[in-house]
Amino acid sequence: MRTSLGLLAFIGFTLFLLAAMISIRPFGEPPHREMDDWFITHAQIEASANNVVTSIVFDYRGFDTLGEATVLFTAVSGVLMVLRRKEGTKK
Amino acid sequence: MTTTIIKTTTKILAPLILVFGSYIILHGHLTPGGGFQGGAVFASGLALLIVANKYDAVKSLFEKAPLSVFESIGALGFLGMACLGFAGYTFFKNIIANSGFPLFGGKTPTGINPGYLNTGGTLPYMNIFVGIKVLAGLTSIVLVFFLIMRRERDEW
Repeated sequence: MRTSLGLLAFIGFTLFLLAAMISIRPFGEPPHREMDDWFITHAQIEASANNVVTSIVFDYRGFDTLGEATVLFTAVSGVLMVLRRKEGTKK
Repeated sequence: MTTTIIKTTTKILAPLILVFGSYIILHGHLTPGGGFQGGAVFASGLALLIVANKYDAVKSLFEKAPLSVFESIGALGFLGMACLGFAGYTFFKNIIANSGFPLFGGKTPTGINPGYLNTGGTLPYMNIFVGIKVLAGLTSIVLVFFLIMRRERDEW
């Protein structure tokens, strides 16, 4: 019973993935490209940076970077809190 | 294990890695990379230095380095640069860009250009703060692992 159910799920999922793979768009032709074109044409004027990726990471989507920095801060403080000794170990 | 091979390699490679990490952080708005990547490269150089030296040397070297202070300065500085946008605009608004501010406030010519360091507005500041934060965080994690591992091996 379990085996046949697993086989059925496996076949169904494979067919779903194959259908998704067939219906994928060709490389380099996204369905929406307005935002990409905006970034490419306006990043140097608005954010004044040659590196468009950095201007997206730190300017257009700064909130995402803020969350990443918070995640790193939490990870570091967690590791230091767990592994810290009373004396000797540098905090 | 601090063998002679690791010590000799570190003598040659560690300065290069540290300089390369600083370069990635400072040129984050011109070339590929940025604060996170450059900080990770810098921290890997410091990890090489930690591994290649003796326990007492590492301890006395990092006894004075306020790594947690660096981490906090990085986080607060990043948030402060983001809050600069409140001066008339929104959060994370790049107000220094193209404003003629003497540091990183120059105008970027549109199109293909060789890349001028004195541009970018708040992006280089944020790169530097995030770089400080990442290098302090990763280095303190490696340092704590190293010190605990070495301590327990000494206790055996």
